[in-house]
Amino acid sequence: MNTLVLLAVGLLGQAVTPQPGPSHPVPPQARTPDGFASIGEAVAAAAPHDTVRIAAGVYAEPTVVIDRPLTLLAEPGAILTGEGERGLIEIRADSVTVAGFTLRDTGLAFTDDRAAILVEESRFCEVRDNTLERTFFGIYLANSGDCTVRGNRLEATGDRETRSGNGIHLWYSTRIRIEDNEIVGHRDGIYFEFVEDSEVMGNRSTGNARYGLHFMFSDRSSYDRNTFADNGAGVAVMYTRDVSMRENDFRGSRGSAAFGLLLKDITDSEITGNRFLDNSVAIHAEGANRVRIEGNEFVENGWAVKVMANSEDSSFSGNNFVRNSFDIATNSRRTYSEFEGNFWDRYRGYDRDGDGVGDVPYHPVRLFSLVVSQNEPALVLQRSPLVFLLDLAEQALPMLTPENLVDPRPVLDPFDTPWRPS
Amino acid sequence: MIGRAAKVMRYQVVDLLRGRALVGYALFFAAATSGLSLLGGGTARALPSLATLILLVVPLVSLLLATTTVYHRGDFVNLLLSHPVGRRPVFVGIHLGVTLPLTAAFLLGLLLPLVAGGIGAEHVADVAILAVAGVLLTGVFSSIGLVVGLSFDRLARGAGFALLLWLALVVLYDGAVLFAAYRWAAYPMEGPMLALMALNPVDLARVMVLVALDASALMGYTGAVFQDFFGGASGLLVAAACLALWMAAPAFAAMRLFERKDL
Amino acid sequence: MSSSAEVSGRAGPPGHSVARPAGPALEVVDLSKRFGRVRALASASIAFTPGAVTALIGPNSAGKTTLLKSIVGLVRPDDGCVLMNGTVVDAGGAYRRDVGYMPQLPAFPPHMTGQELVDMIDDLRGFDGEPDESLIDDLEVRDEMSKPFGSLSGGTRQKVNAALAFRYRPTVLILDEPTAGLDPVASLTLKRKIRERREEGATVLITSHDLGSLESLAEEIVFLLEGRLRFHASLVRLLEETGQRSLEAAIAELMLRGRGAGDEIRPKRATTPDVSVGDDTARDDPGLANEEGVA
Repeated sequence: MNTLVLLAVGLLGQAVTPQPGPSHPVPPQARTPDGFASIGEAVAAAAPHDTVRIAAGVYAEPTVVIDRPLTLLAEPGAILTGEGERGLIEIRADSVTVAGFTLRDTGLAFTDDRAAILVEESRFCEVRDNTLERTFFGIYLANSGDCTVRGNRLEATGDRETRSGNGIHLWYSTRIRIEDNEIVGHRDGIYFEFVEDSEVMGNRSTGNARYGLHFMFSDRSSYDRNTFADNGAGVAVMYTRDVSMRENDFRGSRGSAAFGLLLKDITDSEITGNRFLDNSVAIHAEGANRVRIEGNEFVENGWAVKVMANSEDSSFSGNNFVRNSFDIATNSRRTYSEFEGNFWDRYRGYDRDGDGVGDVPYHPVRLFSLVVSQNEPALVLQRSPLVFLLDLAEQALPMLTPENLVDPRPVLDPFDTPWRPS
Repeated sequence: MIGRAAKVMRYQVVDLLRGRALVGYALFFAAATSGLSLLGGGTARALPSLATLILLVVPLVSLLLATTTVYHRGDFVNLLLSHPVGRRPVFVGIHLGVTLPLTAAFLLGLLLPLVAGGIGAEHVADVAILAVAGVLLTGVFSSIGLVVGLSFDRLARGAGFALLLWLALVVLYDGAVLFAAYRWAAYPMEGPMLALMALNPVDLARVMVLVALDASALMGYTGAVFQDFFGGASGLLVAAACLALWMAAPAFAAMRLFERKDL
Repeated sequence: MSSSAEVSGRAGPPGHSVARPAGPALEVVDLSKRFGRVRALASASIAFTPGAVTALIGPNSAGKTTLLKSIVGLVRPDDGCVLMNGTVVDAGGAYRRDVGYMPQLPAFPPHMTGQELVDMIDDLRGFDGEPDESLIDDLEVRDEMSKPFGSLSGGTRQKVNAALAFRYRPTVLILDEPTAGLDPVASLTLKRKIRERREEGATVLITSHDLGSLESLAEEIVFLLEGRLRFHASLVRLLEETGQRSLEAAIAELMLRGRGAGDEIRPKRATTPDVSVGDDTARDDPGLANEEGVA
């Protein structure tokens, strides 16, 4: 099925960035014949730290296994297809770079984690600027370290969870950078399990069937400035300590089990400067201990924060709560988290001394939120004048809502956040 | 018939404009809209308060104005019906002559300040839903107001009943719904709850507002019925269609009452 | 209904049998109306003589105004119908093109001036003929036409009321207490106008507490009591029947007899033609009360 395939192999002695210039004919330093029939042959023929250039064309061949340090640079239009049968590239050596490919059609696999690019026990690898189409798993890193996954675009059409794998999947890896990728239509956009000291930055993970980011047992990692939008269940961060989440955009997770951000057993972490927009529940916190939630923007969510009583010593301050159907909900009359100095658009108190802080404390748990937690269908009464009266009475004389869940210093003007053009 | 009705409507509108009620109503909404968006920090923050205001004030004013019109326009109607004008065109003229000015006053009061202040593009849809809900409420309650006015011989009784009806639909009914939700909590109640909403036009309009302002919360509900209803445009369309029925049925009833009324 | 043709043949007292244009034949058949417990009309069937002035007489709440309003269409009868020229009048009210109605207490929109009222009705009727504005001048209300109706005195309102009723040269005039509140001069002017219209062939129905006025206008008398037709004949016959010299005395006589006879009122000579008797048999056939009068 292959048409004429031109394969250029440049043997430069070291794995360096390719020289600019025409890709054909072959660079003058070539010391083996050019024009391999397949990428696999070229890789097999290359010496460690060589650069392999792949010319435009469609390649269909057995899974390319890279077992020595190499740089594979695909030129625009170089397409490697699995014909729906197999994974495409396996990196099983250190210092491998794979860049510029269009990788497609791995097909579905239910017995193995078939991926477009599998990175196994590799260090210092780099996967960048590839375009992945109709792949099961996209880029799969296992037992690897010090790798970078940057600027790739991964598009699957996983309409159902079981029919798609994860976009960028990390398992038992350390010091990995996931940067500026775009991941669409997978099961989980980015998946972290047993990953440490890693960073996820500037990615867009949207329209994935389950989580935009699924993050477990991954201590000392951070994710900043990512966009997680319209994923089935939002972002889940679980069983982890020392995670920092900064300036991310959590949007459009709507549904009965959908959260902008699900926190489960998270300790000593920070959530700052993020925006939560239009989620059914912006943050669902279960066992969130010593988590600092500060300077975030909660806008137009169903519930801004659902914090369970098993969360202790977490603090909410300097956040803006604007146009949420419910600001805070909880499952207990006591709370062990602290709310102080937030902006609540529902606050109707006054500031007589003009210090910008309301003189009357604010109780962010509405009575109606309690009603709805006991009796969900009552939700259709939201915004009824009756409900307004009930909430008003409860504000004046709290009888049923958590007595100590109170912001003693509600701020009258919204805080400046990265999301609020001033 | 249509020509006559249009003429009757014109005289009715001219008469209504002489009174200050309508202008006051428009000014009220204009003041509320501009006040809320200027003081409260933009259109977006004004929307929830505006929604509440619309749900409370539009039914009240439409109901009272339509009810009192029946009494205040008795002379006018008497005069018209002594001349070769049928009852149906007179009714249509009076009905539209109340409903259209109320609608115009509401829309002008709501939209002018928003347009002048600049609605953010992302809120155009929400504002549109609010406006449509308010317009439908106007039609529903001016129709109901005519029924009330035509059912009571005296102004005091008609207006009193209108007030009670308003209170019942705005607050008491929802109390009963909440009670029902608890009383039959053991049963699947989402369908029945939505059906109960359809029986009260204020609730129907509120459901439309919920689609605009609380879709995220409603989608968070675990049941499939709400998910389907509030998930797309279907809930909005169903609610609007029910409101249209709520407008047509009392209007028809009022026309039958008017056709049989002794003057 | 078959009776209408016969009615016009029988019409009017002898003095008026000279040829003159006759207005529409107006007839009510089996008209019944209750207001709650009060029975305002009980199966009243009356064929009014075309081109004649018929006075409706009866004590308070005898059903006179209800009858007139039923004819105009302001009151919806529970039963029965109104016929004009033998056809049931249409619900759309087109027949009112030929009807001039003076309500008992003119309650026109108070902030509209007489002129605005007139303009509005012109507009609604689509009237582009030459209106009859003689009463505006004859009753001297031309200046008052530019003042809000609510600011006018009772008498002036009544004058505007009259001017509006006669404006479109109606062939049927329904006048409920037309002279009430009018000064004697205006009253005379109005009566002259009524006669003038009658001469032009209008069918006139009139009620008044001023029986003297009626005597000078009416050719036919309809006597109603508790919503029932008790008597329908020419004024001349009524006077003959009762042996009285004035309408007032004749009516008093009728009422006294009615009291004596309980529910029934019978003229002295019940068999005399030209006198209709509102008994049960008469009510069974709408035409019968009149046919008895056909000699």
